[in-house]
Amino acid sequence: MLSVWTLLSWGPDGWLDDIVSGAAVTVLLALATLPIGLTIGFFIALGKQSEEPSLRIAANIYTTIFRGLPELVTLFLFFFGGPLILQYLIRLVRPEATIDVNAFVAGMIVLAIIFSAYASEVFLSAFRAIPKGQYEGGYAVGLSYAQTMRKVILPQLVRIAFPGLENCWLSLLKDTSLVSVVGLAETLRQAGVAARVTKHTFLFFSVAAVVFLILAVVSSLATGAIQRSLSRREARR
Amino acid sequence: MSVVADAKTAVERPPPRARGWPRSRIIGYVLIGIWIAAGGGIVAYMAWAWNGELFAKYGPSYIEGLGVTLSLVGISIVLGAILSLPVAYARMSKNRILSGLAYCYVYFFRGTPLLVQAFLVYYGVGSFKPQLEMVGLWGFFREAFNCGIFAFALNTAAYQAEILRGAIESVPKGQWEGAASLGLHKLQTLWKIILPQALVVALRPYGNELILMIKASAIVAIITVYDLMGMAKLTYSRTFDIQAYIWVAVVYLVIVEILRHGIEWIERRITIHLKR
Repeated sequence: MLSVWTLLSWGPDGWLDDIVSGAAVTVLLALATLPIGLTIGFFIALGKQSEEPSLRIAANIYTTIFRGLPELVTLFLFFFGGPLILQYLIRLVRPEATIDVNAFVAGMIVLAIIFSAYASEVFLSAFRAIPKGQYEGGYAVGLSYAQTMRKVILPQLVRIAFPGLENCWLSLLKDTSLVSVVGLAETLRQAGVAARVTKHTFLFFSVAAVVFLILAVVSSLATGAIQRSLSRREARR
Repeated sequence: MSVVADAKTAVERPPPRARGWPRSRIIGYVLIGIWIAAGGGIVAYMAWAWNGELFAKYGPSYIEGLGVTLSLVGISIVLGAILSLPVAYARMSKNRILSGLAYCYVYFFRGTPLLVQAFLVYYGVGSFKPQLEMVGLWGFFREAFNCGIFAFALNTAAYQAEILRGAIESVPKGQWEGAASLGLHKLQTLWKIILPQALVVALRPYGNELILMIKASAIVAIITVYDLMGMAKLTYSRTFDIQAYIWVAVVYLVIVEILRHGIEWIERRITIHLKR
């Protein structure tokens, strides 16, 4: 029987190196998802507060579906259903081609979709907190719509939406663990392998929990720093 | 003045009023078209791939799975609500140690994924088999369903404690003071004055928590509970038919939408006195 400290050491006997590589995958997945999710979420929010009814309906369908479906169901639908559609489309061009879905990419797409559905709500309420006079002022000094958006609205929007987006980021970080189910070697998967091999199940799943706690603490430190710099800029204005 | 009419100075004008076919309308119609095509495609696929035999074979198991999902969520929400009372009390207590412990509890359950917590309970208790057998709890933890309830109740208790704390703290302090000056003691004040106001605030977060639990309950399928999602997984593993997941998605979506609208209705009803 190996001691607990041997099991948690770095190297061939211990599992620390495997768990750290899993944690790296977790962080990478979350970081890769973030920009995509933020962009989609922003445009969905734009659609939701548009004056054009058709755009509003289209955006609302998106959030209703992807906030209503369990994350796991969305993941499975895309992971198992996506290849079917892709296969069908590719067979039209190249009949002999087969498709192999990468768990990282599939996870990234699904997490970005879920993240954007929640982030769009945050952006929407931030949009509503910005008075209409800000747009009118922008137009009055001769800025175009895009310029008003970029130079007048967005800087305020980021400041208002930041706390909400922080929550979205924390749930994104936690949702990455679901991708372990389709075989991505992230924290939980690596911990599960270690647990199965060594029979120390409680130990290794606790380690996985600690990894997620550390990630949560680190990201709250980081978001705290960003928040402070944002509010400093607001004060200087 | 003629300066204004100088045609050479290019002035960027504010956007004109939308009429006819502005860009946003075209994009909107295209997006709705994509949704209709996607929805129609799924319906057409379901019609094309319809297999009555399969439906007759697996349909009843979905109903059974729905029952498991609903009972799992129901039991853990109620247990979590009971457990959240002491946690919320400790969190608001002036005793540093007590509130620190409650803070750690809440931070742990909110900071780690529910899937990790479920694995920790379902696979992790195996490490303590001799001790559990000694106190006679091994039979309880051998069942995956019980492990699911255990993990979910602890998890939702952390969230519900925060909801309860936030709602109670949202009631102004003057309400406590006013009640105290009328001679009501603490428990009476809480029960008759604070809670009725706090629960109006708490209704929406509680509703969201219920919806989150319904959605999160899908993950018990991974620890071998045959809930709605578990049945879909079983069906898919036997038939390799993506319809298994499409059906389950529809069921979840319907449940969540019913709950969401129900909660909105209740909220409208109980806040009538606050509207002007």
